[in-house]
Amino acid sequence: MNIHNASWVRQDIIAASPRPAAQGGVAEWARKNLFNGWLSTLLTVASVTIVVWMAMALAPWLSNSIWRANSLAECRQILDGASGACWGVIRDRWPQLLFGFYPPHLYWRPVLTFALLIAALAPILFRAIPQRALWFSAVYPGFAYWLIWGGSLWFPVAVYCGVVVAAGLLYLTARVSRGLAVASATVGAALWWTYAVQLVSALADDVLPIALTPVASREIGGFLLSIIIGVTGIALSLPLGILLALGRRSSLPLIHLLSVTFIEFIRGVPLITLLFTASLLLNYFLPPGTNFDLILRVVIMVTLFASAYMAEVIRGGLAALPRGQYEAAEALGLDYWKAQRLVILPQALKISIPGIVNSFIGLFKDTTLVMFIGLLDPIALAAAIRANTDWQGIYWELFIFIGAVFFVFCFGMSRYSIHLERRLKTDHR
Amino acid sequence: MATNSGAPRQPLRLNMLFNDARYRGRTVQVIAFCILVLSAAWLVDNTIRNLAALGKDFSFSFLWSKAGYDIAPHAIDYSSTSTHGRAALVGLLNTLIVAAMACVMATFLGVLAGVLRLSDNWIVARLMTVYVECFRNIPTLLWIIVVAAVMSEAMPAPNAFRGESPTASMLLWDSIAVTNRGIYLPVPDFSRSLGQAPGALGSFDLNYAAILAVLALSLLARWALLKHAQQIQSATGERPVTWWKSLCILIAPVVVLLYAIGFHLDYPALKGLNFTGGLQLRNSFIALWIGLSVYTGAFIAENVRSGILAISRGQSEAAHALGLSSGRTMRLVILPQALRIIVPPLISQYLNITKNTSLGLAVGYMDLRSTLGGITINQTGRELEGMLMMMLIYVAISLTISGAMNIYNNRVRLKER
Repeated sequence: MNIHNASWVRQDIIAASPRPAAQGGVAEWARKNLFNGWLSTLLTVASVTIVVWMAMALAPWLSNSIWRANSLAECRQILDGASGACWGVIRDRWPQLLFGFYPPHLYWRPVLTFALLIAALAPILFRAIPQRALWFSAVYPGFAYWLIWGGSLWFPVAVYCGVVVAAGLLYLTARVSRGLAVASATVGAALWWTYAVQLVSALADDVLPIALTPVASREIGGFLLSIIIGVTGIALSLPLGILLALGRRSSLPLIHLLSVTFIEFIRGVPLITLLFTASLLLNYFLPPGTNFDLILRVVIMVTLFASAYMAEVIRGGLAALPRGQYEAAEALGLDYWKAQRLVILPQALKISIPGIVNSFIGLFKDTTLVMFIGLLDPIALAAAIRANTDWQGIYWELFIFIGAVFFVFCFGMSRYSIHLERRLKTDHR
Repeated sequence: MATNSGAPRQPLRLNMLFNDARYRGRTVQVIAFCILVLSAAWLVDNTIRNLAALGKDFSFSFLWSKAGYDIAPHAIDYSSTSTHGRAALVGLLNTLIVAAMACVMATFLGVLAGVLRLSDNWIVARLMTVYVECFRNIPTLLWIIVVAAVMSEAMPAPNAFRGESPTASMLLWDSIAVTNRGIYLPVPDFSRSLGQAPGALGSFDLNYAAILAVLALSLLARWALLKHAQQIQSATGERPVTWWKSLCILIAPVVVLLYAIGFHLDYPALKGLNFTGGLQLRNSFIALWIGLSVYTGAFIAENVRSGILAISRGQSEAAHALGLSSGRTMRLVILPQALRIIVPPLISQYLNITKNTSLGLAVGYMDLRSTLGGITINQTGRELEGMLMMMLIYVAISLTISGAMNIYNNRVRLKER
């Protein structure tokens, strides 16, 4: 077909049109991101209304904040009818919210423990710290126990000696048989802890008494309590969860059955019932006359509870590993534990980091439930403060403070997990 | 030529039980079994000795004795003269009611927030991120207590509704009253009521039974109508117009029945010191319901978001290439695939809600834990039996829900190779 036969052909060139006015720039951005269609416009208007309304309600309340008041009545008197936050309650009850009823002249002990906690966690969390510092992390739990509860230094030392005894037995019997070595180390440590610890620490006390003023468990409260339960539970629930997950995937039917029963039972009941079991029923199950610390009971229950969830998370990671990894480990001639330690678990744990950290966060939030069995966690203290005549009728200020502290911890943990995921990322998928 | 029959069998020596992979598994299991039996025996022995020392026996007969306490919202007939067993049942129903309500609301909030967080709208996506992060990182117990505190401290007392110029007024044309004693809502009432009939769990209302029966019959009739229309369409190729007929079938009988039994709304009204009539939603219920919903909604939002993000972009592009509209793309291509990813974690969130209803203790909601696991235990001193029974009930609920989840998972699983 010839071009001249076509019905119409443009002869002249159209002049270039000017650049669109709003390409880029605020107006174009707003059109794309805020007013893109009628639904989007509606949503934008609604959200802006809500934000402005909240800001209008909050601004005078926050700007009229009263920090120096010793009771709600005094606060209202200063405000003189205006709306305003009464942060005086935080200032007034600050030590209580942090430490519960810990003796005030001993506050340096929990503060020092917390500072050392950061030092002990640093080599675990960040690679930049020299790994020799892990020795301090290993010694830290005993030292922290001594600092917070006081008493003789020799008691935690004697408990640590149990580990030394176990290691010694392991070394001595390792040549005979590995199974025997593990068994003898376990039995040896258990015997040491049941029978020798009291004796040894009493003996050492006579020779060289080093002791701090003892503080009873019922005096510990506030965020100190939440952090004690949270950190201990987190530290213990991960290894226990790994063992349970391995047990659930074990080819030994009895071990598998035990793990499944434990995990499903724990996951089936609310934590609160387990805590009540710890406070009400434990006396039924233990030999008559035994009685042990309420915080210890709670830590055990919280750990068991969290470890069941942890086991499910790690099981997911184990299941996500390609079969080839297991087969490669076997082909290299690694036995079960070596294969798990060197090949399987490093990869499975890496896959399950988000789930593991979520379950840590859940555990930390669940520490608030201890208020139901009479421990004074921050929420229980808030209830106590609100029941006090000075501060009756206050609620937002207290709850905002407590919520903000929990938010900082939990949000921090989730950010750290994102950092860890990025650091450990090795694949190209 | 002799065939190789593997390594020569060695006689069994003692250290082979630990060192030989053929026997080690069995050895470990035997040891584990012994430890299990011994510790179980130790626990049972301790329990028997402790019970004997306290002079108690192990029996569930307390379930048939008189409870002697009141339970505020009770879905089935209950009074303080009822038995402890019935109190436990009422508590269980309360647990299930608040759990079901919270599941519905949390799903609504979660789906809304999850979808909006993915929207192109900048400000809405940011707001939803703030919602999710705030509610996920703060304990649910705190949210429940906050709602309870707001309800009881910031809402007007019933007294404020009284007088010529009241400081508080009812919402929605004088039908809903929000007070510091709870929210009062209008409820359906029947002036020519059909009365009550005795049932297995107590008497039930014949009016609602009649309405349900009529609705079921209507649905049956509509089903027949549609089937008939389908037959005509198959035979003649033309489908008769059915929409107005099915609308009539669905609505007319119920309306007639409602008129016959004198349906009207019973509005709450201020009488004396408090509101009477209508339905009172107690503060404890509202706190538990709202607190659990907003908290779990944040988790569901994340599940929904990750489920939608997990569907590869190629799927929606393929659907567009086939000429499907964006609504149909969502309904026919994206959602069916996303749901497979969303539903399992969604159901475990429902499970969490059900277990977290036990936090109602903080605001005084009378759930299973507060009746069977609380007052009943305190009154009868049967901690062991009460706690055991309560835990088993919770485990049963949880196993039922996870069983349903497994059935669903198997049905929607990708059939590979």
